[in-house]
Amino acid sequence: MNERVQRLREESLAAVPHITLERALLVDATYKQHQGTVAVPILRALVFQSLMENKRLWIGPHELIVGERGERPAATSTYPELCCHTLADFEIMDAREKIPFKVDGDVRRLQQERIIPYWSERSMRERILREMTPDWQDCYTAGIFTEFMEQRGPGHTVGDGKIYQKGFAGFKADILARLEALDLQNDPEALERQAQLEAMAICCDAIMTLGRRYARLATEMADDTDDPRRKTELLAIARTCRQVPENAPRTFAEALQMYWFVHVGVISEMNNWDSFSPGRLDQHLLPFYERDVAEGALTREQAREWLQCLWIKFNNQPAPPKVGVTLKESSTYTDFAIINSGGLTSAGLDGVNDVTWLVLEVVDEMRLLQPSANVQISRKNPQAFVRRACEIARKGWGQPSFFNADGVVEQLLRMGKSLEDARCGGTSGCVETGAFGKEAYILTGYFNLPKILEITLHDGRDPSTDKQLGPRTGRADSFGAFDEFFAAFVSQLEHFAEIKIQGNNVIEDLYARRMPVPFLSIVIDDCIERGTDYNAGGARYNTSYVQGVGIASLADSLAVIKKHIYEEENFSMGELLTALAEDFQGHDALTNLIANHTPKYGNDDDYADDLMQQAFNAYHRTIDGRPNSKGGCYRINMLPTTCHVYFGSVIGALPDGRRAGQPLPEGISPNKGADRFGPTAVLKSAAKMDHLKTGGTLLNQKFTPTALAGDKALDNLAHLVRGYFQLGGHHIQFNVVDGQTLRKAQNHPEQHRDLIVRVAGYSDHFNNLDRVLQDEIIARTEQGLD
Amino acid sequence: MATSGLIFNIQKYCSHDGPGIRTTVFCKGCPLACNWCHNLEGRSNAPEPLLSPALCTGCGACLTTCPTGAASLQNGRPVIDLSRCNLCGKCVAACPQDGRQICGQEVTVDQLMTELLKDQVFYDQSGGGITFSGGEAMAQLSFLSEALTACKQASLHTAVDTCGHVPWTSFTEILPWTDLFLYDLKLMDPLRHQEATGVSNELILDNLRLLADHTDRITIRIPIIPTVNDDLDNVRQLISYLKGIRFGDVHLLPYHPLGRGKAARLGRPNGIETFPSPAAADMQRLAELFTGEGIPALVGGVA
Repeated sequence: MNERVQRLREESLAAVPHITLERALLVDATYKQHQGTVAVPILRALVFQSLMENKRLWIGPHELIVGERGERPAATSTYPELCCHTLADFEIMDAREKIPFKVDGDVRRLQQERIIPYWSERSMRERILREMTPDWQDCYTAGIFTEFMEQRGPGHTVGDGKIYQKGFAGFKADILARLEALDLQNDPEALERQAQLEAMAICCDAIMTLGRRYARLATEMADDTDDPRRKTELLAIARTCRQVPENAPRTFAEALQMYWFVHVGVISEMNNWDSFSPGRLDQHLLPFYERDVAEGALTREQAREWLQCLWIKFNNQPAPPKVGVTLKESSTYTDFAIINSGGLTSAGLDGVNDVTWLVLEVVDEMRLLQPSANVQISRKNPQAFVRRACEIARKGWGQPSFFNADGVVEQLLRMGKSLEDARCGGTSGCVETGAFGKEAYILTGYFNLPKILEITLHDGRDPSTDKQLGPRTGRADSFGAFDEFFAAFVSQLEHFAEIKIQGNNVIEDLYARRMPVPFLSIVIDDCIERGTDYNAGGARYNTSYVQGVGIASLADSLAVIKKHIYEEENFSMGELLTALAEDFQGHDALTNLIANHTPKYGNDDDYADDLMQQAFNAYHRTIDGRPNSKGGCYRINMLPTTCHVYFGSVIGALPDGRRAGQPLPEGISPNKGADRFGPTAVLKSAAKMDHLKTGGTLLNQKFTPTALAGDKALDNLAHLVRGYFQLGGHHIQFNVVDGQTLRKAQNHPEQHRDLIVRVAGYSDHFNNLDRVLQDEIIARTEQGLD
Repeated sequence: MATSGLIFNIQKYCSHDGPGIRTTVFCKGCPLACNWCHNLEGRSNAPEPLLSPALCTGCGACLTTCPTGAASLQNGRPVIDLSRCNLCGKCVAACPQDGRQICGQEVTVDQLMTELLKDQVFYDQSGGGITFSGGEAMAQLSFLSEALTACKQASLHTAVDTCGHVPWTSFTEILPWTDLFLYDLKLMDPLRHQEATGVSNELILDNLRLLADHTDRITIRIPIIPTVNDDLDNVRQLISYLKGIRFGDVHLLPYHPLGRGKAARLGRPNGIETFPSPAAADMQRLAELFTGEGIPALVGGVA
């Protein structure tokens, strides 16, 4: 990376996340001026207009791409219309050790004087929590599920190629034509459509205003600088900002700036989950790259510099601070923006191109928290692409993650997308499947599957509070056969799914009516065509996901119950319940049977894997295909973010041997230490889940750096990924274990039975090495691969 | 196929015993007794107890369940009296830490293939397959031969890691079903070989010469054990011997002390000796001696 990028990167890393009230105050003033006098979509458009016209601009000393959500890097806006922070919230986020945000005295004062008095009762969060039923409240408090929309908006969407072919003047023309065509006499919804379309038109003007303001600022700064090189750059910025976002971009640089204006627009309008992402950036940029390079206007090096500048812009935007349960399920500065590379073209051809390789180089070099990066791997993509991605992944900082592009297409087709829309789709957030630019695929909340097992074991009662949360499905010791027990579990599952979905319907309706997003709606098909907001079902496809957590813990628990209680009668249900209540203390024989003499998911053992499938299919049947309020369907995916820790904290001991309060296994990964036969066995087990029935699954695989050293290991890693995807797996990411973990394994070998390390030309379980050799491996590991 | 063999491990996702992603089958029993052996549990051709003292909490469950009094704790560490152990396996089931096992399991070829074929998608994807190692796989010839045949019927790449100390007819039997031989050489001087491994090397060297007349799909693996076989004299003799035969390349494997821990875990703490680990630079220098003579050689055996 060159000097400019180095400086920008350092500045971005050094920027201290802090709270700015600029946005909150502009929102506040607009609402107070217009609320009740204009239609809700117009009100939201006026808010957006006020932000674009009045927010302070920022052009950093070395920047080539301009635009920030706050007034400078890491200045983090609040969204009082969604979540009105209390002063106590501010104190916590200012003082907490992890993920702090600085909050200065002025901010606290303004929050107290201006924001809290008006918004504390009016925020969406308050409204949502007020409107939820007592049943919902009880389940939420018990940690059976979480709710995504209680302090962040429904977003979960990704851009497509349209903003590289049309500017906002063009979008506005489309909107006006649609307004013109409204049938106010015969269409009873025409008035609603009219307000929505007018709101979108206002947003088009507003984003163009932001571009012109940046053009003016860049021109002024060019006038003021004595540095001839910077003057040229600033004048180029001014030219770019006069072209985009008003008009379609003509060059590589304009294309990147176009995307960034849209990104800033989306994240300023609303605190959407998962921020916003460019989707198939390599494919969108390719025509610009090829044209500029052919004309001699751009070198590969320059293109790389531009991309790096874009990366830094992402990193400058920490996720707005969360509170309460939402903080626990998603405790990170990462806002989950992600760049997709590779995959297929809309025509179904190999999508890897010159820009793909550049993007991978940038990912490798930048090593930033944001944006995240993934590779979409199709059987049509070259092996060199997979290998290159593996080469970066094995460096051990978690990027890129790997996705099965062909599987994603199949998932999307199953969920009703056209073939072309499916091929142009991909994954965003963590692992969520969506049709880019055409779908609202809303994550609605995590679902605590092992908690429901715990409740089933207690006849519908939550043992930690003694509250009757579910139906009385029978005392656990009253079931004569495993199938009867499982049927009770399914009844509980359905009960809690219905409570969750009923709540979702209320929340979706609140967002549709009170919190439209007219700017985002411009760039997602078919909101303009339908004259309907993104949050009201305007997108071509509307999916609501419920994310299952803890499937491995559930499967292993079921294996214990089936084998030891019903098949071999090694212990009774009563004995198991006693052991659970006593957190296994003093139940050594039973613990031994559970830990060492029970088949476990993650070992390519059909006994446990069949139970995983049985549990997964029950969850799938319970959720999949239920209608949502936007004309789409409920679907499932299997991912936890950091929710497996929170969910674990609300569950007592489980039949799989997990102690009370311990984290659940994440995603579809096996229980910690349960997998003892290496990565191929884990992948085989995981692939027995029918991934095509989901909208995404998450699998982590652990390696030590030495296990991945050398060309042969790299080839095999690439083959491992391909093999998993041949079996239908959705996603895999590699966790390269560091020396610290090895030290922990040394001290707690029982928790790290699955850890395999490479020793010279051989591999062995770390546990089985003697202390001296372990120390040697730790020393080697800590040298890393670079 | 009902023919059975005694194995002590099936290691999946191996990447250093041949091409692609492989599963290595470790067969029990070896005609050699190398004093640096890193797979000491493969030496005996009978099942034996194997402990994991690292997991032991000293709870004593093994003591109370052992019917022959073979299990004991000494200074809090698990110890087994091999003369008393009847391999009943009661302590294996009783240990709450899963810290005890019977090393050596009788499996039929059918049972083995069921396990091996679980990873077929990964072999197919990577051009990998199965490696039979040990111990000495060829010491259980009919089992090996049937297993190799079954592997070839499933279109899997096959490799056999051998010490070479078996009758020549054993080689001719498996040759049609073996895609790659990993052939171990240690010492050229017959007396030194005898001293270090318990057998002379004449059969081993003769077999390799004959084998090379039938196939060049041979990788020579030479463990480098400082003070045992890393002297220039031995290396020069190896080079001059290898110059006379046809094979793929030489892999020089640096000694590591893994076997030492296993000796203790098998209750035979004095079963092997400990040597210093060779320095990376020394390994490189040795490899250059081979390449300098036109013999392709690399360190670690991972191409």
